[in-house]
Amino acid sequence: MANPTLADVINRSQHHGLIARITNQQIFWVFLAAVFACLALTMLTDSFATERNLFNVTRNFAFVGIVALGMTAVIASGGIDLSVGSTLVISAMTVSVLMSAGMPFWVGCLAALSVSLLVGAVNGVLIAYAKMPSFVVTLGMLSIARSLAMVLSDNKMIYEFGPDHDFLLWLGGGATFGLPHPLIIMIILACLTAFAFRHLRWGQHLFAIGGNENAAVLTGIPVARVKVSVYMFSALMAGIAGVLEVGWLGGVTTNLGQAMELTVIAAAVIGGANLAGGGGTAFGAVVGALLIEVIRNSLILLGISTFWQGTFVGSFIVVAVAFDRFRQRKT
Amino acid sequence: MSVLELKNISKRYGAIQALDNVSLAIQPGEVVGLMGDNGAGKSTLVKVIAGNFAPTSGDIFISDQKMVFHKPRDAQKAGIEVVYQDLAICNNMSAASNVFLGREPTRKIGPLRIVDYAFMRSRSAELFARLKSETRPRDLVHKMSGGQRQAVAIARTLLSDAKIVLMDEPTAAISVRQVAEVLSLIRQLSDHGIAVVLISHRMPDVFEVADKVVVLRRGELVADKMASDSSPEEVTGLITGAIEKA
Repeated sequence: MANPTLADVINRSQHHGLIARITNQQIFWVFLAAVFACLALTMLTDSFATERNLFNVTRNFAFVGIVALGMTAVIASGGIDLSVGSTLVISAMTVSVLMSAGMPFWVGCLAALSVSLLVGAVNGVLIAYAKMPSFVVTLGMLSIARSLAMVLSDNKMIYEFGPDHDFLLWLGGGATFGLPHPLIIMIILACLTAFAFRHLRWGQHLFAIGGNENAAVLTGIPVARVKVSVYMFSALMAGIAGVLEVGWLGGVTTNLGQAMELTVIAAAVIGGANLAGGGGTAFGAVVGALLIEVIRNSLILLGISTFWQGTFVGSFIVVAVAFDRFRQRKT
Repeated sequence: MSVLELKNISKRYGAIQALDNVSLAIQPGEVVGLMGDNGAGKSTLVKVIAGNFAPTSGDIFISDQKMVFHKPRDAQKAGIEVVYQDLAICNNMSAASNVFLGREPTRKIGPLRIVDYAFMRSRSAELFARLKSETRPRDLVHKMSGGQRQAVAIARTLLSDAKIVLMDEPTAAISVRQVAEVLSLIRQLSDHGIAVVLISHRMPDVFEVADKVVVLRRGELVADKMASDSSPEEVTGLITGAIEKA
């Protein structure tokens, strides 16, 4: 073309064709692996493709998926949030203590989410304004939030939730149109997150901060404010998962969500979140969480000792990231 | 009418005189090579012009109007843009997103304000076309050459109606072919009537593109003359102090 028009130039890009663009994504291969694992399990076992098992799988991964959405935002902005498991338990404890004291659900839920947001705000302010490393701040919060949950509940199990007891159990453990509620909520949150990442200035700014924080400062992006909002977002996701998980379990103890941060980070990383900052998608977080749950579930169904779980999930993290590195070197 | 005029600018840090009575006038579309050894006061002068800090004494005029800059934003509003040495670019984002970094246009949909990608792409394509650069708006900066990255950073300065673009060592760390690309970008700016202040150590680049050379030595302006009346040898002498003044 001798004289390309402006529109031609705009539409040109390095990745010609939709297929090339899709196969270039780590998430595509992870998704393929998850689908392949499901197909293999369907053929190898009688129990995988049963309604009951699929219901369990989808519900189990929804909690990790919801929290991984928040984690992906944090990782994409160049940070890390180790306190999500503890935020989850403090949210679960807040809603449980209030409801068992006779409060209605909405009061308990509102308080739980407010407490979560407060946890995120404290993390964010220390990281963004006091400029402390996110690893250290959230490691401290991991310890603090769980300890506060113990103080709050006197470390007792709570399984009576007052007047709205049945509603809470329905919300976390029930299903509508055959879909477990946590799954429905996760899908809604994933869509909202994907929209925010792509179409709001907030999303652009958080990916810019993760890509080159110095550039973000120089171009006038309100870096500190965006960072605080990102940690609050992560904490809010953990808080929502906390309330739902109480409803599913029908009871709560202070060891809820212990070591969950590692599973969540694994899900985000398998789903393509770049620990160096600047990369990650909402869809990836969900698929990463799904894959981990499918691995866990398949080991059980295949009669392999659960001791092997860590080996499989761990290998997958390394393989997913190694694959991404390899692909980047090639291009 | 000069687009930028400095009158007796001095900057003092305690006992250190970073700039000593510097006076300088720049015309629209003029390319000025600002040269000097390390610590001669180049960065200080640029930071005074860009509003990073105020001079101890002296005045700045933009289009014959006296200006006082309290912060970089003030200078930006007056039409002064800076292209930083590291370009302030995010590798993980597209060229269009980088051009609009921090000032993304939005469209209203109901109560939401969503980022207007279509406008960002078409506007940055226009800017790249104006710069005669082959940079494509949708491409990730990650995969671009040094020259294309410069084009992205320079296109950013065109977004607002810049009158003066300050460029800090734009040719320091790129290949010979890309240097030619960057010098052509500078000429494009100049053709559009935008004055360029080029801070560089590379004598050939400066003489290739600059209309005027300005030399600082220990905070003092020791030369301000047309490039055609000077030579790399003379400028080297001025920088080192072998030649007192020109």
